[in-house]
Amino acid sequence: MEFLNAFVALSNFVLIPAIAYGSQLALGALGVTLIYGILRFSNFAHGDTMAFGTMATVLITWWFQSMGVSFGPLPTALLALPFGIAVCAAFVLLTDRGIYRFYRRVKAKPIILVMASLGVMFIMNGLVRFIIGPDDQRFADGARFIVTAGEFKKMTGLSEGLALKSTQAITLVTAIVVVAALFWFLNKTRTGKSMRAYSDNEDLALLSGINPERVVMVTWLIVAGLATIAGVLYGLDKSFKPFTYFQLLLPIFASAIVGGLGNPLGAIAGGFVIAFSEVMVTYAWKKVAGYLLPEAWAPDGLVQLMSTDYKFAVSFAILLIVLLFKPTGLFKGKSV
Amino acid sequence: MSTPNTSTARGGAGASALAGDAPFLIGEAMTGGYGKGPDILHACTIAVNPGEIAVIVGPNGAGKSTAMKAVFGMLDLREGHVRLDGEDITHLSPQERVRKGMGFVPQTSNIFTSMTVEENLEMGAFIRTDDIRETIEQVFDLFPILRDKRRQPAGELSGGQRQQVAVGRALMTKPKVLMLDEPTAGVSPIVMDELFDRIIEVSRTGLPILMVEQNARQALEIADKGYVLVQGANAFTGTGRDLLNDADVRKSFLGG
Amino acid sequence: MSTSLKTPLLFAVVAAMIIATGQMQSWNTALQILNFGLISAIMALGVNLQWGFAGLFNVGIMGFVALGGLATVIVSMPPTTEAWSAGGLRILLGLAMGAATIVAGILLWARLPRGRMRGLVVAAVLVLGFALFRMVFDGGVSAVEAVNPASTGYLGGLGLPILLAWPLGGVLAAGAAWIIGKTALGLRSDYLAIATLGIAEIIIAVMKNEDWLARGVKNVIGLPRPLPYEVDLQQDPGFAATATSLGLDPVTASTLYVKLGYSALFTVVLVVLLVLAQRALHSPWGRMMRAIRDNEVAAEAMGKDVTRRHLQIFILGSAVCGIAGAMMTTLDSQLTPGAYQPLRFTFLIWVMVIVGGSGNNLGSVLGGFLIWFLWVQVEPVGLWALELLTSGMAEDNALRMHLIDSAAHMRLLTMGVVLLLVLRFSPKGLLPEK
Repeated sequence: MEFLNAFVALSNFVLIPAIAYGSQLALGALGVTLIYGILRFSNFAHGDTMAFGTMATVLITWWFQSMGVSFGPLPTALLALPFGIAVCAAFVLLTDRGIYRFYRRVKAKPIILVMASLGVMFIMNGLVRFIIGPDDQRFADGARFIVTAGEFKKMTGLSEGLALKSTQAITLVTAIVVVAALFWFLNKTRTGKSMRAYSDNEDLALLSGINPERVVMVTWLIVAGLATIAGVLYGLDKSFKPFTYFQLLLPIFASAIVGGLGNPLGAIAGGFVIAFSEVMVTYAWKKVAGYLLPEAWAPDGLVQLMSTDYKFAVSFAILLIVLLFKPTGLFKGKSV
Repeated sequence: MSTPNTSTARGGAGASALAGDAPFLIGEAMTGGYGKGPDILHACTIAVNPGEIAVIVGPNGAGKSTAMKAVFGMLDLREGHVRLDGEDITHLSPQERVRKGMGFVPQTSNIFTSMTVEENLEMGAFIRTDDIRETIEQVFDLFPILRDKRRQPAGELSGGQRQQVAVGRALMTKPKVLMLDEPTAGVSPIVMDELFDRIIEVSRTGLPILMVEQNARQALEIADKGYVLVQGANAFTGTGRDLLNDADVRKSFLGG
Repeated sequence: MSTSLKTPLLFAVVAAMIIATGQMQSWNTALQILNFGLISAIMALGVNLQWGFAGLFNVGIMGFVALGGLATVIVSMPPTTEAWSAGGLRILLGLAMGAATIVAGILLWARLPRGRMRGLVVAAVLVLGFALFRMVFDGGVSAVEAVNPASTGYLGGLGLPILLAWPLGGVLAAGAAWIIGKTALGLRSDYLAIATLGIAEIIIAVMKNEDWLARGVKNVIGLPRPLPYEVDLQQDPGFAATATSLGLDPVTASTLYVKLGYSALFTVVLVVLLVLAQRALHSPWGRMMRAIRDNEVAAEAMGKDVTRRHLQIFILGSAVCGIAGAMMTTLDSQLTPGAYQPLRFTFLIWVMVIVGGSGNNLGSVLGGFLIWFLWVQVEPVGLWALELLTSGMAEDNALRMHLIDSAAHMRLLTMGVVLLLVLRFSPKGLLPEK
């Protein structure tokens, strides 16, 4: 009985949140890794791209809600998502055309592109705050819980409750669908393969007649989609606040690097590694330890490895360790 | 490419090359260098005909790769022309020349290492819009080992096998001429023999092959035509056999 | 226009703008802008050392600046003797154990033969060391923070003159730069950028959370000053007499005097650093650094240890930022970790370097003054422009209110646009590298 309680507590406070967070990070890291692999620079504006796409989706969601459109038990935001992605895609294509394309043409050093992405980041940041304001915005609706803690306790008779929020389930399902679709696209379609070829060996790809501008355009479209979906899932789960998306930049980069920059599979693995590490290191294990250990050994303190304020320190520490020992990441990414 | 006969099997284009004595592919009196730099080539002429293997050899720094790159359009020619199948292609970019029927295998970085053998071939045929499965089968007939390893990432193959992938990739566009830049660079002698055998197989299909080679002796042995370049200019020209027997050629850099 | 003519001219323009502010707004404002401009100029100088000499993209400037601020607390605040006796030694012991654990881990990793054993042993050492560290450290922390948390609750400092904090800030920053540099240099430039972003976040997170160190978000106020207090000046009869004779009332005079005092101190530091930087630039070492930057491959082929050189520059540039950070906290007379926003100010410094002229020391100094001036003045000017634009609308028009509220967000956006424009159309900046 105690073991079951411990497991339920673990699932409720560690497993389920980490899986949801990991899915969100994985989607974000996929976007970063695609840009790195194909456009060959680290896009510091990715966090704010997520914010931008989410903002567009939020505005459209509010409009839908005001018109009485709803999606039943699912959040209306999912209906607004395609439109949000379209708006985000238009914007990033604009930034590419106006800013990055020039540096590609003159074959500027990658660091210049990173600097430019910093400028783009602040412009996006300013725009989002300008349009929707810097405060918390709630836009989730539909059924909130699939299973509440109370219901669970009644069903199982355990003293620990397990709450499964609908947003957590939606996150996981959406992430799986998106990742499957992306991998199918990259491995089975001509365009997808041409993108992989371009990422692998640019000169040979050009020689083979692959159109670089087309590859770039498709990349941005996919990135806009990934960023918006990741941002909306995160916003539904927690809430939409422009500043948090910038803060996600570090864990997202950490995920991409840990998995191997440029490797999509690595981005997913990295996302979960970072998410689980962050949650596990900052979780107060007292409850679970209390269930598992005999009375005499029950801990006094919270048994928390690090306080939650240090969440981002965890991602960073993992990042440093990976850079020290295996800079190409878990799955070999592009050369360092 | 599907029959071992003459180039007439490849459609009308081949027939016109046999008419008259203009070579099928010729880079004529080429003079030029990279960017605004000094001339590397001086009135250099390279040519190849259907069913032929033409080999460019010479000491280090002679401009062999440069001559091939000039034919392929990676160099600015200040003087001279390049003609393929009667058409002047001097001002076309390399990508456009690929579309005109040139197949080029670079010396390094010539495969997609993270993609499978089969995907490499698919990418080779990227500009084609028709069904490529037949061509893939033909490539596998020419390079049987690749059929066994078709689903393996190309980067995991041995050096010689990777070169086969590289050549196969170039053959996927069903080119009118195949150009190889030092195909045996960095491979062991046994693998080199194997590669030359494969190249002869390809030539037997009637496809003209232009090749730059460091291993002059072995290359000239299989060559129908040899061009010895020294300091960017033609020094000796003749059949492979003749050049091998020429005392001057042997003395200067075949090692006697 | 030749650079030698351009340089004094551009500086004169900026000086004129500051003086104009003094005339039209107030001299206090102008001096405030000048002082912060001096600090920004020093930070830009430090960043330019890293970028101009070595092409390193440091996105974590704020972390090094924060360490400088920490140095002021450590140096100048009086020690809280009660806290020290309660848990000070225990904290130090805990930290030492933590450091020893990490060192032991590194040494074991280097010495043991490869294989699973090595991984297990190192992991065990780290886990055990961490547990011990927590057992010792946590007790000390709670003891220290329990001592009078409303006004202290921390260990305090050394009680030394605050000016000593300025070089110490440099040293602390140099130490952090060494750690980061060892890890992330020698890899792709993107990785360094990400790593520096991370270290800045970590440093600031530590300062916000470790109350025993510097009171965290409770802030340390009332840092000792290197200059007299305005109140004391106002009450000094001699000073009041001089003020009236100049036509100023003592209150204004005292604030001006203090600000001018800071200006003088900061200018001295800036000039010293600038002279050192210029001499370094024209020295054989400087030429070698730039040669490495321009062609790393060739330099490595000639036997230059590129990574080591990069590390030197990275440490030096970060140390300069640390000094500037200490100066900034001295000016504020308080340490507010919550105010350090990692990316925003960092970004501003980069705009300064790029606009001013990357690779040119005087250029970055100019950029520091210019961009800081614009940053401060854009808000009132922008607000005024927006009010003008929307003057036709009704007072409570939603759009008008929204626009005016959002004026604040336009600042960063404007800076972003400025950066992109300069990067694209004038990448060498106002004063290009010679």
